[in-house]
Amino acid sequence: MSQEHAHPNYIKIWAILTFLLFVSIVGPMAGIQAVTLITAFGIAVVKAAMVGAYFMHLNIEKRYVWYMLFTALIFLGLFFFGTSPDVLKAEGTNWVNPSPEQAHAETDGGGSHH
Amino acid sequence: MAFTAPLATARSATDIPTGRLATWWVVVSEIVIFGGLVVCYIMFRLHHTDWAEHASHTSTTAGAFNTFVLLTSSLFIVLAHQAASARDLKKAFRYIWFTIGGGCIFLVVKSIEWTNEISHGYTLFTNNFWSFYYVTTGLHGLHVIAGMVIMAIISIGVKKGEHLPRVEYIGIYWHFVDIVWLFLFPLFYIAK
Amino acid sequence: MTMAESTAATESSHEVHHHKEPDFWSKYVFSTDHKMIGMQYMFTGIVMALIGGYMAYVFRMQLAYPGEHVPGFGTVTPLAYNSLITNHGAIMIFWVAMPILIAALGNFLIPLMIGCDDMVFPRINRLSYQIFLISVIVLISSFFVPGGGFGGAWTAYPPLSAQSQYNLTPFGAPLWLLAVALEFVAFLLGGINFITTTMNARAKGMKMYDIPIMVWMIVIASLLFMASVGPLIAGAVMLLFDQTLGTTFYNPENGGDPVLWQHLFWFFGHPEVYVVLLPAMGAVAEVICVFSRKKLFAYKTILYTTFATGILSFFVWAHHQFIAGIDPRMAHVFTVTTVIISIPIAEMLFCYIATLFGGSIELRTPMLFALAFLAEFLIGGVTGIYLGSSGMDIYFHDTYFVLAHFHYTFFPIAIIGFFTSIYYWFPKMFGRMMNETWGKIHFWGTIIPFNCIFLPLFVLGMAGQHRRIYNFKNFPDLATPDLHNLRIFATWSAVVMLVFQIPFMINFMVSIFRGKKAGKNPWKANTLEWTAPSPPPHGNFKELPVVYRPPYEYSVPGREKDYWPQNEPN
Ligand code: HEM
Ligand SMILES: [Cu+2]
Repeated sequence: MSQEHAHPNYIKIWAILTFLLFVSIVGPMAGIQAVTLITAFGIAVVKAAMVGAYFMHLNIEKRYVWYMLFTALIFLGLFFFGTSPDVLKAEGTNWVNPSPEQAHAETDGGGSHH
Repeated sequence: MAFTAPLATARSATDIPTGRLATWWVVVSEIVIFGGLVVCYIMFRLHHTDWAEHASHTSTTAGAFNTFVLLTSSLFIVLAHQAASARDLKKAFRYIWFTIGGGCIFLVVKSIEWTNEISHGYTLFTNNFWSFYYVTTGLHGLHVIAGMVIMAIISIGVKKGEHLPRVEYIGIYWHFVDIVWLFLFPLFYIAK
Repeated sequence: MTMAESTAATESSHEVHHHKEPDFWSKYVFSTDHKMIGMQYMFTGIVMALIGGYMAYVFRMQLAYPGEHVPGFGTVTPLAYNSLITNHGAIMIFWVAMPILIAALGNFLIPLMIGCDDMVFPRINRLSYQIFLISVIVLISSFFVPGGGFGGAWTAYPPLSAQSQYNLTPFGAPLWLLAVALEFVAFLLGGINFITTTMNARAKGMKMYDIPIMVWMIVIASLLFMASVGPLIAGAVMLLFDQTLGTTFYNPENGGDPVLWQHLFWFFGHPEVYVVLLPAMGAVAEVICVFSRKKLFAYKTILYTTFATGILSFFVWAHHQFIAGIDPRMAHVFTVTTVIISIPIAEMLFCYIATLFGGSIELRTPMLFALAFLAEFLIGGVTGIYLGSSGMDIYFHDTYFVLAHFHYTFFPIAIIGFFTSIYYWFPKMFGRMMNETWGKIHFWGTIIPFNCIFLPLFVLGMAGQHRRIYNFKNFPDLATPDLHNLRIFATWSAVVMLVFQIPFMINFMVSIFRGKKAGKNPWKANTLEWTAPSPPPHGNFKELPVVYRPPYEYSVPGREKDYWPQNEPN
């Protein structure tokens, strides 16, 4: 069976993960947003990569498994970039067209301008 | 009629055992499910800057403790896999149940958290932040429960020395559930 | 011993098992045999197609003769009309095209075409069908709950779909959504099985480019489905919560966003059209090679093009939302990607036509359907380019032009593609031949009325006729006799087409029991399924085949026979 691979020292990896967890909690306490983002999300990525590589054995798995998983993430990114222009801008009024009213307001208020 | 596995199951043109290959595909399909939910949440979160205030009402301590619990249970299940491939059945069985125990602790902490939040008036309906919070952690919790049930079933086989590769497969799934939590933790607890 | 060696060893010492004849339940109902599961999917799909067709008949009658009594149904109320069109669309896509093209053909064909004895996970396969069956039951029961079946269109846009004070179906709507979600789970399980089986369980010697196009197409379709459906499953959970519990994910009053659902839906919805398209393209490829006795033109190009199409299909979804108030800059982007995606599709059609070129074409029924597929789908694809331009779509959106467009794509896929496959693989499925004459009558009786239904609808759409309208008599501009005569013509064409399905059903049923015996390889085809007995027994092959060459070696110069099965050493 192909799982007769050498096993790394899992306890050591677990210890590193725990340490990273500690950093990710302490980091945000500084209250600086950039530090929060890096320690919270950056470390989450590192932890996930470590769990993936050593616990899920992606480091010794066939290369394309890694591509498979990554492709799924790329599609999610695509969804984000296609959708966010709408959802991030939506004031819950996507179907209201403000331009006629604006034009109206401008013609009305034209005299009072300057 | 007893079920006999077809010869197809034992074939391995890719050199990855069929069970493990399928587990990877399960993980892929789960990535897009959780990912879809998380992407929706992130978009709302970026849009509604006032959600930071709500996020500060989740308990970072409980979240951090649960992260630790899941990381440790991940360690146990990978040790179970190591033991199983060395055919140390007793040890494998024990580690599987340690993992299930980790899942239990996780769920207990989670339910205390939920109770606490609900009693402070933060329910599923308070606003969309809390709706996302309950739906996402709830979906994750269901995955934890599913993982525990499957592990319990697998442990019976392990005791008899059957289907040992399954320990590895459930491990992959469990690590995935762990990784999902690694991201839910900063998303719902740390970022304020 | 490595994995591969150990399997080879067990396989060579494998003897044909002589099973006891299993009882009725384990043979037909709880079978784990991929062929039986394929049949279950196929017959369920056919039943659903009849239900969906009946619905179409009812609402077409309402459109031609508004408010009048429809024979076999009664008077159509506005609410019933909404429910009929909603469930017609959902059934035809989720419960007809998907189960027949992917699940039935995939289950029946993949193990046979790649030369193994079953799917790699037969019991998960059975589970997949059972979940699918539950989804069917949930859907059908949703028609009979108080308030009736869901009527918010198959796209289920909130707030109409989310709040029962708008859709008036407090029970029908969540049940419908639940049924769809169950169906997704069933196809995820099935898809994982298809992909894993094809990756791992191929016959010895079958390399990547020896896999028949049909199998490739089903696998790529399963991949597309898996990658696109995830966000929608999450979105469906959110919608279900909105419907039943009163959360506000999609409710703008409380900071939710209804357009988010549209994105989630179409991020799945557009790849979904390729999910059903690809298996039909695969079946057509097999058929045109066999009936023109020629090698498939540019196998690799077709394969790469399919991958390209699959990936591109993730980049076009918002062309369904051009007038939903999306960001105009994004509308530009999606116009460009939409126009680009028609290139690979056209390329595939060209390769198919090049396959026909110079072949010795034999117009048997499957071939007729395959050729009709190419011609009709072309019309669907070309009209899609009009709709893809965001400027034109401002006028065309939600008119019958769109409706005719997607029926010119879906009908060739789901109906013509299905008939191509069933006439072609029937001998393998049941061991007997179908009647040619009746097949041809059925062919013309389907294709001519099909065009008579939908060509007029293009005209109506260009005249400004909107979709999802209960009674056009209420709109003076649209109630003119000219336009109304087109409606009546389309309706009667639909009735004729439905009537012409009766010869098919009789031919089908009679041939199962009385047809001419087919033998192993009635069409003299190369792919592995034709080396198994017809119908294949449990375990498929007497001896698992070994593959020596690509699947489309027809009319190879210097050979006596004009075909060269994949498993013949020389
Ligand atoms: C050549 C490629 C294609 C292009 C450029 C294209 C383009 C479009 C566009 C722009 C729309 C939106 C029109 C509107 O709602 O205003 C549309 C609608 C639609 N298309 Fe296509 N399409 C193509 C192929 C297909 C295929 C292969 C299928 C099905 C198998 C399909 C099925 C549909 C469906 C179902 C709708 C309407 C959905 C609804 O609103 O209910 N299309 N198409
Ligand atoms: Cu589309």
